[in-house]
Amino acid sequence: MKRRTLLASAAAASILTLAAPAFAQDEPLKIGFIYVGPVGDGGWTYQHDLGRQAIEAEFGDRVETTFIESVPEGADAERALTQLALAGNKLIFATSFGFMDPVMNVAAKFPDVKFEHATGYKRADNVATYDARFYEGRAVMGTIAGRMTESNKIGYIGSFPIPEVIQGINSSFIHARKVNPEVEMKVVWAYSWFDPAKEADAAAALLAEGVDVILQHTDSTAPLAKAQEAGAIGFGQASDMAAFAPSPRVSSIIDDWSPYYIKRVGEVLDGTWQSNATWAGIGDGEVVIGEITDAVPAEVKEEALALKEQIASGEYHPFTGPLNKADGSAWLAEGETASDEDLSSMNFYVEGITAAIPQ
Amino acid sequence: MIDPLSIFLLLLSASTPILFAALGELIVERAGVLNLGVEGMMITGALAGFAVAYVSGSPFLGFAAAATGGAAVSLLFAVLTQFLLANQVASGLALTLFGLGLAALFGKPFEGVKAPPMIPGPFRINWIVWLGLVMVPLIWWFLNRSRGGLILRGVGENHDAAHALGYNVRLVRIGAIAFGGAMAGIGGAFISIATVLQWTEGMTAGAGWIALAIVVFSNWTATGVLVGAWLFGGVTVLQLRLQAAGVKVPVQLLSMAPYLATIIVLVLISARQKFSRRAGGAAPGSLGQNFHALR
Repeated sequence: MKRRTLLASAAAASILTLAAPAFAQDEPLKIGFIYVGPVGDGGWTYQHDLGRQAIEAEFGDRVETTFIESVPEGADAERALTQLALAGNKLIFATSFGFMDPVMNVAAKFPDVKFEHATGYKRADNVATYDARFYEGRAVMGTIAGRMTESNKIGYIGSFPIPEVIQGINSSFIHARKVNPEVEMKVVWAYSWFDPAKEADAAAALLAEGVDVILQHTDSTAPLAKAQEAGAIGFGQASDMAAFAPSPRVSSIIDDWSPYYIKRVGEVLDGTWQSNATWAGIGDGEVVIGEITDAVPAEVKEEALALKEQIASGEYHPFTGPLNKADGSAWLAEGETASDEDLSSMNFYVEGITAAIPQ
Repeated sequence: MIDPLSIFLLLLSASTPILFAALGELIVERAGVLNLGVEGMMITGALAGFAVAYVSGSPFLGFAAAATGGAAVSLLFAVLTQFLLANQVASGLALTLFGLGLAALFGKPFEGVKAPPMIPGPFRINWIVWLGLVMVPLIWWFLNRSRGGLILRGVGENHDAAHALGYNVRLVRIGAIAFGGAMAGIGGAFISIATVLQWTEGMTAGAGWIALAIVVFSNWTATGVLVGAWLFGGVTVLQLRLQAAGVKVPVQLLSMAPYLATIIVLVLISARQKFSRRAGGAAPGSLGQNFHALR
């Protein structure tokens, strides 16, 4: 009997020691990030990294974050994601459109790791997607652009012809034309998210075409520097780019990922995380309009802010009919608004833009 | 519709960073050294130049600092390859990675601030663009008409023979490497000080690699480097202009054009020179080989 109790208690003790670490929950949640650019790009990746820092500030010792920066889109991304998963990260944020297929491939191999992919559209049980309604911010920029242009030509530097960028071009154009029916839109594709020298050349090409307001969907400040040289204006992209205020940078679209990141990490910690598609905008605080400077007349500023309020409250949708496609076919009827499906697969310009989208 | 003069003016500044880097690398390779660290030296120059221009308020001091910074990191490569006889390809790649990381680290305090404006030179063209244009004939003259250039080429063609004639192979090569570093540094600083006016990590975005390719396709001549840099810059500017003008040409084709046109023309040039001058092409005979005096 004695011997049996001894054995039993020994067994109980060993079970206790084995169970202890799992029970105590001392292990922090490991969270990994892969970035397409360097954290010091002052734009897109910089803003994602601010989100990562916000997670650390919010959860402290309960989380541990790491990141891999400047990961090229493509096969290298798969390697970086696998490395993060093998290092024990249970939640991984992939912050560029081009990481989509690598995320899907790696997620299939690590079913117990949760993935969050920015701006993509492919999902799985352990892959969620999130995006910001940049086009809402573009509507505000477009209004300012339409009012401020004197040559009636506004330019747009695109990165890649994907729906996210095309939404921005259309939204800026629609709202510029709304306040100034004479406006023309010139589009140049840089085929890069971040290449300062090329962005500068693209801006110079637009300026030489007579453009005096430049919008950009690339991440460096080079277009603003060129705009300043030529006495034109532009807008901060992804981050505030305040060094160029009050002019040429007259306002900006700032991506604020912190609220979303904190929410999702909280959900993983309390076990309620689910794969879904989140698309937040001005109203949710994910798209922030940077300060509109005094280079813009007071009444234009007021008009832009009023539009921002209308969008934030949900009273107005930037894509509200009547709107036709560039080829003249009908798209949205009077009062109809674009569905999220329509927007997330947008591959056409609206009527009035004469350029063609590279297919 | 698109006037050639405006294209030419845009071309001049678009090609300046690669022109500087490629001219520097030309001297390095003619001395028989293959330094693949151009990108690393450019980014170091971009940061050093920006930092000094920002702190001192003088863009010209900035360019001087960029040349110094580029030369300083290139001397690391010189120590590795000339004294420790390390593999040049591996050392050059390491220099690129090192330069990118080093600049990112020391660049942190300079993020988000703006460079002081530059006073434009004659015809409202940047002084550094002018300097680049002056460097082309100077380097041509040095390589083809000066005694120093003859020694440099001798060291690059056959380092054993040059050594036997009493020339200090190691010293000539270190000088060439430092000059290449200084030129790459100025090229990089042109991007940060004159084009973007801000410091951001990785801002040279591969310009160093294009410069390396241009040196090879130029058949190791100063004029070839100028043609290559102008062609690359020119077609880049032209294709963006055509896009802005809304010309109905597939954009993919336009984006590809600078690379394609540069390769085709430079291959044609080098093929012609190959047949007219000498067998074996114009690549320096000792390119990429380490020299050890006891051998």
